Amino acid sequence: MDSFNNLLEGFATALTPTHLALAALGVLLGTAIGVLPGIGPAMAVALLLPVTYGLEPTGAFIMFAGIYYGGMFGGSTTSILLNTPGESASVVAAIDGNPMARKGRGSQALAAAAIGHFVGGIIGTVLLVLLAPTVAKFAVDIGAPDFFAIMVLAFIAVTSVLGASRVRGFASLLIGLTIGLVGLDEMTGQQRLTFGSLHLADGIDVVVVAVALFAVGESLWVAAHLRRKPGRPIPVDRAFLGREDWRRSWKPWLRGPVIGFPFGAIPAGGAEIPTFLSYVAEKRLSKHREEFGKGAIEGVAGPEATASASAAGTLVSMLTLGLPTTAVAAVMLAAFQQYGIQPGPLLFERESALVWGLIASLFIGLCLLLVLNLPLAPVWAKLLRIPRPYLYAGILFFASVGAYAVNADVFDLLVMFVIGVLGFVMRRYGLPVLPAIIGVILGPAAEQQMRRALQLSDGSLTGLVNTPFALVVYGIVVVLLLWPLLHRLFRKPTPPTEASPEPERPKVDA
Amino acid sequence: MHEAVNKPLSRAWLRERSELGVSAVLVALGVLVLVDAIRIHTDFAQRGPVGPKAVPIVVGVGLIVVAALLARDVLRGGRGEAEGGEDVDLSAPADWRTVLLLCGAFLANAALIGVVGFPISGAILFWGAAYALGSRDFVRDPLLAAGLSVATFVLFNNLLGVPLPGGPLVGMF
Repeated sequence: MDSFNNLLEGFATALTPTHLALAALGVLLGTAIGVLPGIGPAMAVALLLPVTYGLEPTGAFIMFAGIYYGGMFGGSTTSILLNTPGESASVVAAIDGNPMARKGRGSQALAAAAIGHFVGGIIGTVLLVLLAPTVAKFAVDIGAPDFFAIMVLAFIAVTSVLGASRVRGFASLLIGLTIGLVGLDEMTGQQRLTFGSLHLADGIDVVVVAVALFAVGESLWVAAHLRRKPGRPIPVDRAFLGREDWRRSWKPWLRGPVIGFPFGAIPAGGAEIPTFLSYVAEKRLSKHREEFGKGAIEGVAGPEATASASAAGTLVSMLTLGLPTTAVAAVMLAAFQQYGIQPGPLLFERESALVWGLIASLFIGLCLLLVLNLPLAPVWAKLLRIPRPYLYAGILFFASVGAYAVNADVFDLLVMFVIGVLGFVMRRYGLPVLPAIIGVILGPAAEQQMRRALQLSDGSLTGLVNTPFALVVYGIVVVLLLWPLLHRLFRKPTPPTEASPEPERPKVDA
Repeated sequence: MHEAVNKPLSRAWLRERSELGVSAVLVALGVLVLVDAIRIHTDFAQRGPVGPKAVPIVVGVGLIVVAALLARDVLRGGRGEAEGGEDVDLSAPADWRTVLLLCGAFLANAALIGVVGFPISGAILFWGAAYALGSRDFVRDPLLAAGLSVATFVLFNNLLGVPLPGGPLVGMF
């Protein structure tokens, strides 16, 4: 009941006129930016960070919550109407959403997605309310070795579970860790990778890194391969559902969160896997299996509810452990750090008003999204026609504003340019961006935890594995690392033709 | 078949395996991190058994190992998958002119922001970037750029309290 009272107080915080206005603004901005092609929720949050520099933290995070959920909703609109998803969470929505739109059922697809987001988000956020304080209470007792183990797990999970190639994931992670090393060592004050520069002694600001990798890297990459004739979005009317659609959608809406929430909460990198699982599950359970891939409404409703619930799950580990598992969560963690607030087990005690205000505003944001987005769908669809030169010029423009506003220093613009070029190269050669950003943000924290653990054990390496919790986590890490090997062992032996060295060999997972 | 295609280190061979460049960058980065780590003095400042050197050494060695694994993968025929997207057409070859113009617009803003102030340098950035990406409306583009730049300046500097350099123009008012 304690968290219920806290939640009520949170609503009292969130329902003040200013905060309500900020939530509405966040939802609108988030949806608009999410709908814009080329901008996913992570970039949306990164680009909008500077807007909140002038706000007090509670207001800023209430706005972020709106941007987060709004951005996810906007992403699925792009998927459905353009058939070219901007971010991983809405890839699955395109499979059936776009055929629906092409059959003239775009309004229904958008409605199924919007209501799916609402249902998934509400269920996910309720679970967040129920779970987060418990997790936080448990996490207060876990020590440096446990934290280090969880962070190692996060590193391994984002590089091994996602993406096509492990070696490229690790390359990206190490690039991120290197960027995270720049600056003064927190324990001894020694300069690392600063090359005597005073600008670098403070380290490279996470906001600069995030905006550079997401916004600048993406703009340069798109510039190199700009589609001269952008895809034509399919026009739609107000989003609505018929009786038959309701009948077919309500179960997928309720099933989605069951898959989405747990996947969001563990460090396995967001909504990609659970949305896909949800799609497969809905296909298997459906009576209209033959419609899948050609416009089955279940194929939109289920995955969208899943995506939304997984976003809520992500917040559990972000708020209680300070552990971001998706790009958006990573950028939000950076935002917390901007305000000098460290998410983690103590957050619920120290910043109770802020956290519960944030959680309450998630509920408010979801309701606003539902109310706004059903009638506004045609307006959002128009955003898809924005001329691409203006869109990417605008992204670079706001990226520059954001990077400059952090320290009012031109040097940051140059750093952003260099890291932006790096982001371009990473996109060209299939190095995923997420491990890099996780490395930048978690790297320094992981180093501190490790050194603290070793201090306690007087330098003995057993200090890293002397708790049962840490041992379990390392067990999971080992399984993840050895997974390809185990997989090979238990598979039937393949014919020996594979041994011949062919130039066209499929990707080697090292 | 064609000798030029299969001969190692020929131009076509390298072009096909340009990802080896990523390996080279990773090695360079690894060496840089290691050299920097070795130069850290720890004799007087170390607190606790693990000093500021340990993690950079792990990261540096990791970079070099991953570079080697990546090179092995590329030589065995593995290729990184270029990222797709809504506005990305991977069937067309890379358009370097656009990329360089865009970089120019970005760096112009960085060079000018302290001299002429954000309202002007920001407008140059936007117009330059739009031009680079193929927009050729010589009335609408500069107007939009100027409007966006001034509006952003007023929003941040005056309303949100996030200072941006005004430059000589703003000083006149």
